[in-house]
Amino acid sequence: MTVTTSPRGDVAAPARAAGAGRPRRGPATWLRGGGLHSLVFLLPLLVIFGVFSWFPIVRAVIMSVQETNLVTDPTFVGLDNFRHVLADPLLWKAVQNTLYFAFLALLFGYPVPLVAAVLMREVRRGRGLYSALAYLPVVVPPVVAVLLWKFFYKGGPTGVFNTILGWVGLGPYPWLQDASWAMPSLVLAATWAGAGGTVIIYLAALTSVPAELYDASEVDGAGLWRKIWHVTLPQLRGVLFITLILQVIGTAQVFLEPYLFTGGGPNNATVTVLLLIYRYAFQNSLGGDYGAATALSLMLAAVLAVFSVLYFRLTRSWSTS
Amino acid sequence: MTLSSTARPAPASGARRRATPSDDGDRGALSAPDWRRPAVRWGMGGTHVLLLVLLVVVGLGPMLLLAKYAVTPTQDILRTPLALFPHGIAWENLERAWNDVQVSRYFMNTVWLALGSWAVQLVVATTGGYALSVLRPRYGKVVQALVLSTMFVPAVVLLVPLYLTILDPPLLGRSLVDSFWAVWLPAGASAFNVLLVQRFFDNLPREVFEAARVDGAGPYRLFWSIVLPMSKPILGVVSVFAVIAAWKDFLWPLLVLKDPEIQPLSVRLPAIEASTELGVFLAALAISTVLPVAMFLVFQRLFLRGAGLGGAVKG
Repeated sequence: MTVTTSPRGDVAAPARAAGAGRPRRGPATWLRGGGLHSLVFLLPLLVIFGVFSWFPIVRAVIMSVQETNLVTDPTFVGLDNFRHVLADPLLWKAVQNTLYFAFLALLFGYPVPLVAAVLMREVRRGRGLYSALAYLPVVVPPVVAVLLWKFFYKGGPTGVFNTILGWVGLGPYPWLQDASWAMPSLVLAATWAGAGGTVIIYLAALTSVPAELYDASEVDGAGLWRKIWHVTLPQLRGVLFITLILQVIGTAQVFLEPYLFTGGGPNNATVTVLLLIYRYAFQNSLGGDYGAATALSLMLAAVLAVFSVLYFRLTRSWSTS
Repeated sequence: MTLSSTARPAPASGARRRATPSDDGDRGALSAPDWRRPAVRWGMGGTHVLLLVLLVVVGLGPMLLLAKYAVTPTQDILRTPLALFPHGIAWENLERAWNDVQVSRYFMNTVWLALGSWAVQLVVATTGGYALSVLRPRYGKVVQALVLSTMFVPAVVLLVPLYLTILDPPLLGRSLVDSFWAVWLPAGASAFNVLLVQRFFDNLPREVFEAARVDGAGPYRLFWSIVLPMSKPILGVVSVFAVIAAWKDFLWPLLVLKDPEIQPLSVRLPAIEASTELGVFLAALAISTVLPVAMFLVFQRLFLRGAGLGGAVKG
């Protein structure tokens, strides 16, 4: 089997170039030196990544400046797709909603795992039980979690949450049916489903805080709060920065919750950017507007990339390592 | 923090050497003398009990409720969602979900999707990781950079072009839509897996490879008889992640598996929601949760270590 049979020869091409470029390494030497074996082992990776990762990424860029439908050949339309997306009034609503979701997710979801993990680190017996309980929601399939919570959120006095809140004289609340309640409800469910993973990450980081630091701070007479403030949190800085940016990147691409809980409603209050991309491409009665969908997804990716770079620039001086 | 140091947490060197009043290096912010103070003992102890109660309510509560609804008559669920079986137990919910709503079929579809994705991911990650880590061809660096670069591309960018690729894959001449391959093959393109496996291979002792080579083992033999058997821990992590990820996947199977007969649970559950009696539907949800939760309980250490690992790799 030769290099060129892989669907995307260009990926493997450096191999040949590197082999041919050196004077005393002809194809025969390459073969005898085990070059073929390496290629055989790399083949699954090259084919799978080539066809299902590298090629689609390149294709996304090309498609964003093309009009693509599945009937005729794609035509070049310049930046029309981008203009079309930017002129969509729903886009700004979606951007707003996504930012709101990200903000609420940080508000609900960022402090809780940290506090839980710091407390759990001090547990002396049965810490495994705590971790297991915290992580349990993460292993529930997300679709099941959403559908279950959708049932919990049922409006009216016989909804599960409304019944529980009714015991203490609260409610009934409209949850998903009200435009201003819908987004916080989505975030609450998403936080439940995701917080356990973050707790475990923090716990892992907390176990690697050197005991000497605590010992030393005790010699200096630090109490519990000072130890947490001056030792624990600074030691967690790196992880805290990373989980923050990962959470922002994750929430910017939220799809499952709005799609399954509310479908974007009520009154477009939960339409997110990803839901919009999905609608452009797959829910268009006139056939998929693939150009607009890829254009929007590239814009989202670009915004996230710029944000990440800025974030790392800003935090580099404070971060560990 | 590097992967190698978290894969098998070694006690911080030096922590054990020095005889400190704290409990041999494994201590948090509170020291052993701290714990002897009644204020700390009761304050922190009480906080821990409270935390445990909260975790049980929040983490386990919804699961217990789901388990209860799975065997509660629909009318009771609707009228008194939190009463404890006022009109008996409805075991038939489970049976009707399994048979009438065809959850059995969707369950098996999900199992096949998970197994196929697992196999593809394992093949790609181990062969690729072996080539990049052990065989190290000259162009390895380029391939590795290309693999890593995909980690920085958000998944959403791939959605539409990948869908069109499935509609018309290169060289194949027929659409992969409504074929399990449409889910299995793209699952293999996981840079995270390749990175994880490659880093593990990097840390295997080279002397063993040399010894095997001297004894006449070729690259295939080395891979199959030396490297793979030495890599069981990381293969376990990748396997568990692969199966769980496949079980969780929703959007992609929704797009490429149009035929309800071959759709997995995640896609079918929302579709049958409106047309299924509530008790039966919740029983279906419960059935879908059993396997992942059981896997978690069995491979708990693997899961939790893997989750911590995820943070370490990302960091």
